[in-house]
Amino acid sequence: MNTATATTEQIENPFPGMPPLKFAMWLFLASEIMFFAGLIVTYITIRFTTPTWPVVSDILNIPLVAANTFILIVSSVAMVLAFEAVEHGNHRFPYYLLATAVLGLIFLGIQAFEWNELIHEGIRPSTDLFGATFYTLTGFHGLHVAGGVIWILYTTVKAFRGGYAENHIGVELAGLYWHFVDVVWIFLFTILYLI
Amino acid sequence: MIEARATRQTYIKVFVELAVLTAIEVAIAFFTFNETLRIIILLGLAAAKAGLVALYYMHLKYDNRILSIIGGFPLLLVVIMLIIFMFDQMTRR
Repeated sequence: MNTATATTEQIENPFPGMPPLKFAMWLFLASEIMFFAGLIVTYITIRFTTPTWPVVSDILNIPLVAANTFILIVSSVAMVLAFEAVEHGNHRFPYYLLATAVLGLIFLGIQAFEWNELIHEGIRPSTDLFGATFYTLTGFHGLHVAGGVIWILYTTVKAFRGGYAENHIGVELAGLYWHFVDVVWIFLFTILYLI
Repeated sequence: MIEARATRQTYIKVFVELAVLTAIEVAIAFFTFNETLRIIILLGLAAAKAGLVALYYMHLKYDNRILSIIGGFPLLLVVIMLIIFMFDQMTRR
């Protein structure tokens, strides 16, 4: 008769102090790491088994993308400052969230401009293996940035309406996702543009 | 709990380190020297940046170690994938 209440109440958290949502978020991020790892290893395999690979620095606009990389890093800083602010009860945290989302949108805008330039130069996903892998990797990353921007905009609106006053796990989870997307870009920038 | 976290100063310091590492990466990209050495340096710099973000911005340094294990496990699989790829390459032809 009282077994039902006993089972729901007596499940102990094996990791004291850790919100289950955060644990779940990391499991999700692990699956995302595997997703991008698969793409990156595929790129490396194709690149080293293809005899004619273009000199990427001749094709890609490295200064532009370096600036874009910097923008994404700044957005990560804005995100972490939002988290720091909400943790300390600082009421300016929604502005940091807004800054993060805006920087994310600027990143996407620059990437769209870069793609447009490349397509006009005749480099399309169907052009060669470089085109196919380049658009696949940057495209999937861009989709993740877009998803992150939507999530952070939702968080921002909720924050301006007085949300996250009692618990700020929502800001923390959005932050974890955003930083993950930044980490992926750190590797993609090196592997696609610099090597 | 707040005390165990990084402070605002730490976050800013990490940001400066990330910016400097990115500048070094881009500078290296414009030099041509030993290709293998160049790749190793660039991958090392990328790993350092990723490590900074994961440890400080994603708080892995301050969180329960299980989260680092969850996030790190797929990386072990990547190493295994790359080793298999290398053997495949070496035994071709």
